[in-house]
Amino acid sequence: MSFKKVLTGNHAVSYGAMLSKVEVISAYPITPQTQVVELLSELVADGYLNAIFVTVESEHSAMSACIGASAAGARAFTATSAQGLALMHEMLHWAAGARLPIVMANINRAMAPPWSIWTEQNDSLSQRDTGWMQIYVESNQEVLDNIILSYKIAEQVYLPVMVVLDAFVLSHTSEPVEIYDQEKVDEFLPPYNPQYKIEPGNPIGYGALAAPDTYFEFRYKIQRAMENALDLFEKEGKLFGEIFGREYGLVEEYMMDDADYILVTTSTITSTAKVAIKKLRERGEKVGILKLRVVRPFPFEKLRHVLSGRKKVGVIDRNISFGHHGIFYQEIKSALYPMENRPPVFGYITGLGGRDVKVEDIIDIYEDLKKRETVEDIIWKGVKL
Amino acid sequence: MAEKLTLNLKELSKRTEGLASGHRACAGCPFPAIIKMILGAADDPVVVANATGCMEVVTTIFPYTAWPVPWIHNAFENAAATISGVESAYKALLRKGKIPGNKKIKFIAFGGDGGTYDIGLQSLSGAIERGHNFLYVLYDNEGYMNTGIQRSSATPFAAHTTTSPAGKVIPGKTQHRKDLTEIVAAHNLPYAAQASPSHWNDLIRKVRKALSVEGPTFISIISPCVPGWGYPEHMSIELAKLAVETKFWPLYEVENGYYKINYKPRNPLPVIEFLKPQARFKHILNRPDLIEEIQRFVDERWERLLWLEQRKPEENK
Repeated sequence: MSFKKVLTGNHAVSYGAMLSKVEVISAYPITPQTQVVELLSELVADGYLNAIFVTVESEHSAMSACIGASAAGARAFTATSAQGLALMHEMLHWAAGARLPIVMANINRAMAPPWSIWTEQNDSLSQRDTGWMQIYVESNQEVLDNIILSYKIAEQVYLPVMVVLDAFVLSHTSEPVEIYDQEKVDEFLPPYNPQYKIEPGNPIGYGALAAPDTYFEFRYKIQRAMENALDLFEKEGKLFGEIFGREYGLVEEYMMDDADYILVTTSTITSTAKVAIKKLRERGEKVGILKLRVVRPFPFEKLRHVLSGRKKVGVIDRNISFGHHGIFYQEIKSALYPMENRPPVFGYITGLGGRDVKVEDIIDIYEDLKKRETVEDIIWKGVKL
Repeated sequence: MAEKLTLNLKELSKRTEGLASGHRACAGCPFPAIIKMILGAADDPVVVANATGCMEVVTTIFPYTAWPVPWIHNAFENAAATISGVESAYKALLRKGKIPGNKKIKFIAFGGDGGTYDIGLQSLSGAIERGHNFLYVLYDNEGYMNTGIQRSSATPFAAHTTTSPAGKVIPGKTQHRKDLTEIVAAHNLPYAAQASPSHWNDLIRKVRKALSVEGPTFISIISPCVPGWGYPEHMSIELAKLAVETKFWPLYEVENGYYKINYKPRNPLPVIEFLKPQARFKHILNRPDLIEEIQRFVDERWERLLWLEQRKPEENK
């Protein structure tokens, strides 16, 4: 029987991995991810999870061992954050290029210097182009659910998935989380049985040299796999809803039906924004929220569909591409560009380095969006100047 | 435990096809022979992880592979971490009954000196410390040969490489080579050894010994490099032999902490005999002071080995 347990976001990651029956975990501790690997170690030590935990000496080796394990036919898992993710960078390209369905949780943390352990999205967004799928989640239940969902999709398209959650706001905050009946999870997520694997007696090679006459097609196929994953996110998210009662899509729409103004959010800022939007709705404001969940593959069609006919769109970024703009702002703009009557898009940057984003801040952003006549690419919110 | 540790040439010739022909190794390169000896020495099915380097790049050009065994390449600095993932996967799948329990599999990682002494040292140390069941084979050609002959921490003193050039002021590399086998032995692993393709029977015995032991094992094999060292193609095995006969490359093993020198040249040659045929040392042939320094280093390391060897296990006292 399923049951509810009060869990931190980090522990929701661990239980998600347990329910996914991961077979090899290879991880290295880093604040604010450490509790993920602590609980997984305990689950393995107590026999709740029949897996091998490889206590590697670095994040680079963590991903290297996941790659070896996944290529050998085991379901592999790891978790990290910020500096650790950056150290993994070379191997992130490798995992995707080798088409290995590894799942990783990344706890969003600001990159140093200055040294910081608080939430910001530049760590994961710096890995945006490595060929990993990325899902940004808002609640601890969504954390657990999306670890399971990620394996289901990864193992069909043979690409890895990063489930991304905010440092502390989610990683260290407790919420009631439903832990599902294992049989139901098994029904949704069959055992990992890859098309190709390193097995004795079958002399296949992984990681060969591809000259210019062959390399290009490998890249084309990764892009096609990403595109195929878009439909799978909708299909499997729906099936997940049928089995577990919680449906997931590429995006989440909140009070958008009649909304003229849309705020685009990710991660926990969404929860804050939902409170703000309720207050604004009480005042009669026609505003809604579009939560971006799946960022790679990017849901172009979906975004055009749901944003068409709106008066204005404000994108809230807890990240920045230095010398450019907020990263989701860029991406939303690029999605809407082919539309004939596209709404104007405004970019808000806020909450860098874990600075708190409050309900009043979201209300301010909305009011600013409503009255602003000309598009500004970066509207700083909450920076002390 | 392997049936017996030694194999004669006739037995060896029947055991493996080695690398398939068509690989792109340089003429005279000894590592195809080294691979053949190692794969031939194994009684059980083998899975190989290969660090980036000459061996990787010349044997697996898509869509071909010269390897008769399953093989994974996962970058330069992490062959040991990669094989630890592969080995853990098999352990996990075995425990779940997803692969048959009677199947014994040997895990072997290959790396060159750049991928082992330098960029891969951390991952090797981690994998040995964790106690994975694997054999790490270092083929030591004493430099970054794949990128065009740069110095590594395995490059000998005074050797010319493109990043330790024999210049007008600085005569080649200014440091002696690092003793990696000693560093590995300091992990207190069950078995570590040095071998040479010139002494093939010793090499095969060491591989069979390493594969018969549970836990991490390590063999460092000298692998002369035709373009990197600068000598005629037919001389690779001859040079490996000279390295042993001059005591430049001692053949020894460390078993459960106890040292044993496996071959003590009755009439050791001066190190100049090893240096002389190699173009990388030609700038020091008129520098007796530098040759003397290399000889001093070789003698000192040998003396240390003799001293280490004096400590015997209880039963042999």
